[in-house]
Amino acid sequence: MATTVGAGTRQAAGGQKRRSRGRGARRPNWLGGAAGWLWLLIVIVPIYWIVITSFKTQSNYFQTNPFAPPTEPTLENYQLVIENDFVRYFVNSTIVTLGAVVPTVLVSFMAAYAIVRAGDWWVLRSANSLFLMGLAIPLQAAIIPVYLIVIRLHMYDTLAAIILPSIAFAIPLSVLVLSNFIRDVPKELFDSMRVDGASEWGTLWHLAFPLTRPALVTVSIYNGLAIWNGFLLPLILTQSPNQRVLPLALWTFQGQYSVNVPAVLAAVVLTALPILALYVLGRRQLLSGLTAGFSK
Amino acid sequence: MALPALLMFFAFAVVPLVGVVLLSFTSWDGIGVIRPAGFDSWRAVLADPGLLHSLWVTFVVIALSWAVQTPLSILLGVFLAGHQPYREFLAVLFIIPLLLSSAAIAITYKALLDPNFGLGAGLHIPLLTQDWLGEPALAMGVIIFVVSWQYIPFHTLIYQGAVRQIPRSMYEAAQLDGAGRVRMFFRITLPQLKYTIITSSTLMVVGSLVFFDLIFVLTEGGPGDATRVLALDMYKRGFQANLMGQASGIAVILVVLGLVLALLLRRIGGGSSSASQLEGM
Repeated sequence: MATTVGAGTRQAAGGQKRRSRGRGARRPNWLGGAAGWLWLLIVIVPIYWIVITSFKTQSNYFQTNPFAPPTEPTLENYQLVIENDFVRYFVNSTIVTLGAVVPTVLVSFMAAYAIVRAGDWWVLRSANSLFLMGLAIPLQAAIIPVYLIVIRLHMYDTLAAIILPSIAFAIPLSVLVLSNFIRDVPKELFDSMRVDGASEWGTLWHLAFPLTRPALVTVSIYNGLAIWNGFLLPLILTQSPNQRVLPLALWTFQGQYSVNVPAVLAAVVLTALPILALYVLGRRQLLSGLTAGFSK
Repeated sequence: MALPALLMFFAFAVVPLVGVVLLSFTSWDGIGVIRPAGFDSWRAVLADPGLLHSLWVTFVVIALSWAVQTPLSILLGVFLAGHQPYREFLAVLFIIPLLLSSAAIAITYKALLDPNFGLGAGLHIPLLTQDWLGEPALAMGVIIFVVSWQYIPFHTLIYQGAVRQIPRSMYEAAQLDGAGRVRMFFRITLPQLKYTIITSSTLMVVGSLVFFDLIFVLTEGGPGDATRVLALDMYKRGFQANLMGQASGIAVILVVLGLVLALLLRRIGGGSSSASQLEGM
């Protein structure tokens, strides 16, 4: 599509010339343009400041203009952050994120498949509405009983304590997105699999799984991002530095080094780096993951 | 096949939801024995003027963050719906705040706004060298700004997608009738975005109702209790003052408020099921 619906809103008033491709013929959308560039500044300036400051020495930071690039770039802040066990926190965050996302996607996929394929059965119909209602349960409101359950299971201060509730709260949206996607698979494909003698289990893995791969990636990214950045569950369910994940580590690090702004910002950069790398590598998939379930 | 998902969801989401109601009728310090306490916690919560204050602060956060984010997101979403290359480029950069954790964002702004070590001190601009997080009104302003900074990209994405789905023929017909762009925006774009506005607003309102991470790291509810929203009030009662019964009461209030607000918004939207809302996007 060369021209879009959105561009249509910007076409000149009283347009006598209906040109579908021309750029010059349009009167620009001044308001949108101004807002767009202004917002760009608002977004970019703090990020620019974070990055350049993280390469400044502490004394250099106080002496120079905050927006001037460092005169003698240094890696000492990054060194300090890494010396403060950030590698361990990084590993912890990775374990928690993978440990929650992989099971979430698997069980949600199976549930979504069952709901689509046998959705008339009342058990699955009520399961579906239970998940839909689950979308409305805020994690914050359930945190106290989750804490109690974790204590009773003797899992307090373990990574599993973060993983299990993360899975539970990621399931509803995952099931919703995946079942919408499986529903789009033509019925004839399922039928021909049955004619060929494939079991439901086989159909699940050999037909539905490959066909839903884009949605599976979307759901993984959406949940992965939320869990990687999660703060409340680790704050409440873990305590010792050994079990600390990155967002929590960032917070304690700032408590310790609040005066050393460059070091704090280096820590911020390090925690965001894997996600930014992912963004550069797979922007389109990440974007679809960000709005999972909210735009189709 | 749905069993594993159901079991997990049941154990760590449904049971806690029921549990929080039960816990609000007990007294528990977070470590010791849980004792039934009838309506004691509820009486304490409802009699505490702190609840009304937290409700008010939460309402202010919801209302202001909605009022700031919605017009800006629509404006930016309509703008980014164009396919010009530079707009695609802008969109790439716009998303970055969405990728960062609330903790990282709050920590960055805390450093940036610090009156002694932050941007204002470095630039020697008195206007910027205020005690941003130490004055009640300023702290609230900062929270609204940071929330918008973090979430406008998300809502912009939603609006961008929705605007691109409006049939082009509608604009062409309007153009033939001699409609200007402003009129087309109000006559076509906005009405066509109705369901998207409802969805985006629901996510915003229900989301800001339970804001925790950002405010916790940024102000911890301060100065004093100027930014002590409900979720923070719950955390402080439960995990700092060890009054889990009262904290559970607050949690129940959060759930009920969330449902009421979501239903209210759906009523405004005129939709009858969540499915119709999803289709609207």
